[in-house]
Amino acid sequence: MASDKVTGTTRVTIPSNAHAVRDALCALFETLIPNQMPQDTRDAAQIVLAEALNNIVEHAYAQSPGEIEVTLAVTERGVTCDIVDFGLPMPNGQLPCGKLAVHTQLEDLPEGGFGWYLIRTLSQDLNYRREGARNMLSFRIESKQSAH
Amino acid sequence: MKMASIPHPELLIVQVNETRIDAAGAINFKERMRELTQDNGKRVILDLSGVTFIDSSGLGAVVAVRKSLGPDRPLELAGLTSAVEKVFRLTRMDSVFPIHTCVPVGQSDGV
Repeated sequence: MASDKVTGTTRVTIPSNAHAVRDALCALFETLIPNQMPQDTRDAAQIVLAEALNNIVEHAYAQSPGEIEVTLAVTERGVTCDIVDFGLPMPNGQLPCGKLAVHTQLEDLPEGGFGWYLIRTLSQDLNYRREGARNMLSFRIESKQSAH
Repeated sequence: MKMASIPHPELLIVQVNETRIDAAGAINFKERMRELTQDNGKRVILDLSGVTFIDSSGLGAVVAVRKSLGPDRPLELAGLTSAVEKVFRLTRMDSVFPIHTCVPVGQSDGV
C-alpha cells in the first residue's frame, strides 16, 4: 500500500439529535479539519458524514437516544472516517443498497431515499460491522488530484 | 429559518439566509416556503447563494416544495455553491429544477 501519512486525527462524540449533528459538522468542517484539503474532497466528506450521522440518529437511535463517536483521520490522500454508535443494528446486518429512484413525473418525485446512494457514490472502502452492542461504520473519501 | 421573499413583476425570489438546509431545518424550510409563496402565483426562484451545505433531508424538502407548488408554477434554483451543486447533480435533481448560476434579476439587499 502506498504511503498514506496521517496529518491529523480528530475525534468527536455527538448526542443523537439533528441539531447536534449539524453543530458537529460545522465544527469539523469549519475549524477542526485542515484547510489544505481540496474543496471537492471537503464537500464529499461532509455530505457522506452527514448522511451517515443522520441515518444513525433516525434509525439506530430511533427508539432511545445515545452517543455517536466520530473519528476523522486526514491524510495526504483524503479522509478516513470511523463512526461508532450503540443503537439498533442495521436491518439484516447489512448496509442498504442505496439505489437512486428513477423519477418520471412531478408527483412521483422522491423526497427521500438519497442518503445511502450519496454515501455509496462518494465514498470508498465502505464497511459496516456489528460488534457486540456497537455498530461500526467506516469509509474513505479519496482526494482526486486531477480535480482542480 | 431566516428566509425572505422579494417580489418582482414576473417572479418571486426567495432568499435563504441560512448556511445550511439539513435534517435539523428541513421541516422549518418547508413551512417557511409555504408561507412565503402562498400569496403569490408567480414562478419562484430560490436563491441558494448563501447556502453552503444541503443534506438529503434538505434536498427532500426542496423536492416537496416543488411538488406542492404544482406543475404550473415553476421552482427554479439560483446560486448553487459547490456542495449544494454536487448533491443536486449526483441525485439527478439538476434535471428536475432549472438552475441559474446567479439570481437572474438585479441583486437585492440581504435581510
